[in-house]
Amino acid sequence: MTLTVNAEKITKRFGSKTVLDQVDLQLSPGEILGLIGPSGAGKTTLVKAILGMEKLDGGTAQVFEQTMPNRPVMAEIGYMAQSDALYQDLTAKENLLFFARLMGVPHDQLAPNMAYATELVNLTADLNKKVVAYSGGMKRRLSLAIALIQDPGLLILDEPTVGIDPELRQQIWAELKRLKDQGKAILITTHVMDEAERCDQLMLIREGIDLAHGTPQELKDRYGVATIEQVFLKAGRLQDENQSNR
Amino acid sequence: MRIKAIVKRVLLQMVRDKRTLALLFLAPLLVLSLMYVLFQSNQTTTATIGIRSNVDADLVKAIKSDDLTVKTYGRHANAKTEIRRHDLAGFITQDGDKLRVTYQNSQPSQAALIRQSLIQGQTKLQFKALTAVTKAQQAALKQTQSQLNQLTASLPASSPASSQQSATNQPPTKVQQPTRYHVTSHYLYGSQDSTFFVEFLPILLGFFVFFFVFLISGMSLLNERTSGTLTRLLATPVRRGEIITGYMIGYGLFAIVQTLIICTFSIYVFNVHILGSFWLLVLINLVLALVALSMGIFISTFANTEFQMIQFIPLVVVPQVFFSGLVPVSGMATWLQVLAHVFPLYYGGAALTDVATKGFTFGDVAPELGILLLFVIILTGLNTVGLRRYRRV
Repeated sequence: MTLTVNAEKITKRFGSKTVLDQVDLQLSPGEILGLIGPSGAGKTTLVKAILGMEKLDGGTAQVFEQTMPNRPVMAEIGYMAQSDALYQDLTAKENLLFFARLMGVPHDQLAPNMAYATELVNLTADLNKKVVAYSGGMKRRLSLAIALIQDPGLLILDEPTVGIDPELRQQIWAELKRLKDQGKAILITTHVMDEAERCDQLMLIREGIDLAHGTPQELKDRYGVATIEQVFLKAGRLQDENQSNR
Repeated sequence: MRIKAIVKRVLLQMVRDKRTLALLFLAPLLVLSLMYVLFQSNQTTTATIGIRSNVDADLVKAIKSDDLTVKTYGRHANAKTEIRRHDLAGFITQDGDKLRVTYQNSQPSQAALIRQSLIQGQTKLQFKALTAVTKAQQAALKQTQSQLNQLTASLPASSPASSQQSATNQPPTKVQQPTRYHVTSHYLYGSQDSTFFVEFLPILLGFFVFFFVFLISGMSLLNERTSGTLTRLLATPVRRGEIITGYMIGYGLFAIVQTLIICTFSIYVFNVHILGSFWLLVLINLVLALVALSMGIFISTFANTEFQMIQFIPLVVVPQVFFSGLVPVSGMATWLQVLAHVFPLYYGGAALTDVATKGFTFGDVAPELGILLLFVIILTGLNTVGLRRYRRV
């Protein structure tokens, strides 16, 4: 099976600081890959590198076997940024329609796609409200709906569940699972450890380095701990010890 | 389709933002009205005029005031020469009952002061003469009355007809009539209709369109950058050129409406006469708006906050005012005249003035329009390249 995402030796420096150091990332269709790591580890930069929105200092990123950056491939990627990028003066519906048109959703598909996406994030009743009147969680949900609007083959979600209540989070994960079963590839960054447990594959990034990757069970076994949270802490401790030993 | 979506969004956002709409459409009208009133009633103007020594001394005395100083020159002094040599606001010569007034007219308010003083002076003289006549008539009437009384007293039986006879026999009072002068006016610069306002209105039109469109387009793109929506936009298959074009069309439409409002307002409310075509004025303003748009977008890439964007106003907008024609560029130092050519408002101001006051046609202002369009093309190109910071394709 061909890989949906194939990033090889991604290297990115901001000035003298290396943010990503030769990171490899593979994602197959029908798979959820979770990127975990502390704040500032380089998760968002890696996501942007895959989207082709970051100039790389080394390595290549391929999506659907096309080297990024590639404009037409963008239409196949549903992207949810870490910060809500919404037009405050417009209603949720207007925001959705605008991005749907930019994504090139065919005219006859606009209505059903919008209905599906808003239904999923539970915003149908608030669709005609201006975004400025939305709560933080509602904005997050609208951003997710926008990411889903063109029924993309690859979903890239940067901390999608921040500010979303537990019940809705369960719904969203159930839906992600359903999308995965349809054969879509999902790349997700998260700080929530029980979400990490639900991913098929995990990748732990710290200080721009791929510390460990594998299924959640593999990681737990490798570090001899019971939870992903402990993997996270132990891997970090080991990395620090390594550096101080050097 | 994508451009249409962006245009639609820009329009929608603008319509929702009532305050910005008001700034765009009402603020220029407010400021223009203020300037109109300001330049109409300029109280502090003083002027010095020259006269030939043979001008009627009574008239000179009548027109003299605290604001208007009168200097006497020789019998054969040349008006134009004296005006230039002594920077006089005007010069009066007299030939019999003909007054010839030459105005320097580089400051229309001074010319207005002289005109006003002349009219007031003449009225004063006529009024004086009129009171003199009335006084004389009153005196004559009194005399007649007393004569009549004497007559009626001495001749109680006489017929009223005889008394009337004696009254009319009185010699008519002799009063010197004031000379009614025939005033002809000549202008060294401009014409009688020149006022600051009329002269500057075309330039002000262009300036307002430029300033507000610059500010609003720059701010909105800056907002788009700081709120992250620009990055989000570029995570779609949209072309960079489509974003810029969408912005140009969206804000261009508002610029057209703004220009129409300002032009219509100044023509009908201020009653300003425009020699050239109204629609040509609108066209020039539209092109100027496009320059302002692309410049606003361009400048906004160098600002990280709205406050920083405001800091660019004294740097980018204010110098344009100096070279827009409000201060005559032809009177500047040579290097400043050369510098003027890098400012879009220099071309815009010139084209607008030529159309409004000299009746230039499209063909006459085509070079200026061409240069302005060149600004648009270059800046738009730079803007499209500038978006590469966010996405390389």
